[in-house]
Amino acid sequence: MAKLIASLYRWVDSRLGLEEILEFAKKKTVPVHKHSFWYYWGGISLFFFIVQAFTGVLLLVYYRPGPDAYESVRQITYEIHFGWLIRSAHSWSANLMVASVFIHMFSAYFMKAYRAPREFGWWSGMLLLIITLLFGFSGYLLPMDELAYFATKVGLEIPNALPIIGEPMTNLFRGGLEVGELTVQRFFALHVVVMPALFLPILVFHLWLVQKHGNATLPSEAEKPKSEQKSIPFFPNFLMQDLAMWLIALNVMALFASLFPWDLGEIADPLKPAPTGIHPEWYFMSAFQVLKIMGNLFPGALGEGLGITIFTLGLILWTLIPLYDGKHENGRRARNATYFGLLALAIIVITTVWGYIVL
Amino acid sequence: MNANKTITHTNGVDTDAGDLMSRRTFAKVLFGGVGLCYASAIGYPVYRYLASPIERSIESTKVSEVSLPDAAKLEPGAAMMFKFGTKPALLIHHKDGTWSAMEAVCTHLACTVQYQAEENRIYCACHGGVYDIKTGAAVSGPPPKGLKAFNVKVQNGAVIVSKV
Repeated sequence: MAKLIASLYRWVDSRLGLEEILEFAKKKTVPVHKHSFWYYWGGISLFFFIVQAFTGVLLLVYYRPGPDAYESVRQITYEIHFGWLIRSAHSWSANLMVASVFIHMFSAYFMKAYRAPREFGWWSGMLLLIITLLFGFSGYLLPMDELAYFATKVGLEIPNALPIIGEPMTNLFRGGLEVGELTVQRFFALHVVVMPALFLPILVFHLWLVQKHGNATLPSEAEKPKSEQKSIPFFPNFLMQDLAMWLIALNVMALFASLFPWDLGEIADPLKPAPTGIHPEWYFMSAFQVLKIMGNLFPGALGEGLGITIFTLGLILWTLIPLYDGKHENGRRARNATYFGLLALAIIVITTVWGYIVL
Repeated sequence: MNANKTITHTNGVDTDAGDLMSRRTFAKVLFGGVGLCYASAIGYPVYRYLASPIERSIESTKVSEVSLPDAAKLEPGAAMMFKFGTKPALLIHHKDGTWSAMEAVCTHLACTVQYQAEENRIYCACHGGVYDIKTGAAVSGPPPKGLKAFNVKVQNGAVIVSKV
């Protein structure tokens, strides 16, 4: 039997080059130092994405985009066996994925993992971040309850404010001048087909780069002589640790999904006023609050324009950081980059908390 | 303890005297067992989720009687289709005033049959099966047996169709 498997393996290997792939994979090592913990977060983000794909396909079985959207989600949540669990797992895993992606991004930033030769890893990562946020935004509308309706209505005002292209672009997304059943169907197509089709190749590129370059080590570790730099092989050592973290992530997600199941609000009614305390999901709260602040300081279109400019500019600078702090040194640029990172993190945390306080 | 004994690394494969199994086997069994528990904990809800409508369907097959309030308006010589449980069914008001009701599922390959008033027959368009309009018996073509018949009674202006 073992001989049969061995000869079958050789038959496939001589045609597909499996041994080459394994050699490539075996080479990878992961640095071991006091901040190695942060190396798990990319994998944890990937885990939550896999959960999203799995629970998403299950939801697809019963979800109906269009005029029947709310009713189909109501059936999933309250009538289909374990529908509440599948839906709650999907919603919780979405939030956990966004959180892990942020942790992953910030830890990569502060470890300066964007430096050469890993710039493309950083840039593909930023693309993945934006697509993840769009996944969240498009998915949020699909139940078509009050919260979904108003969150989307307000959220679409941001691209609407862009000069010249803003309005026609927003109308295209909306499928009209108002958020309605046509919007749901467009967002559904985006959420289920277009974004996965964009996300997956970029993700494969991102993972291949990590395999090729290996995990970035700390700048302080890189300065030590090679003999003092500890590392473990990815296969099977780090992989086992990675899978253990995935198990913890699964448990956390399952616990939240079962103990805090997702509810369904009232059906969206454009004639009803927005409920008091309406707010977007936590990962958009920072932008929401910045817009509010700017709107209070500078009335009208100026305030909105300034707010959008601020976080767009911030995002651009953040993306271009490898070009500013590219060298393997701990000089002035390196320190400035770290301060910028801390400033960005502080602004995001403060505006998010502030946003909740003033609700 | 035996301080002079040399340490040999066996990766837990060899068993010490008195042990029932090696460490490796124990670990394999433990992880395998826990893995099975997780697979079931995920698999069971997913199965029931996907099978949910099947259970609902089975519930509705338990219907034993259907009332058709508008059917009494059917003219003699006319027929109508209705749902009995999950299956399509045919109700015929014959020219002599009697009623027949039967499942409209062809016994050949389950196409839905139709009443043809001019030809005085029940016909299946898929492969040309023909059934008797009063009893539903198979007359010609591929059907191996007749259409499943129901009892019909007219009560208070409504037509009640029930299982035989």
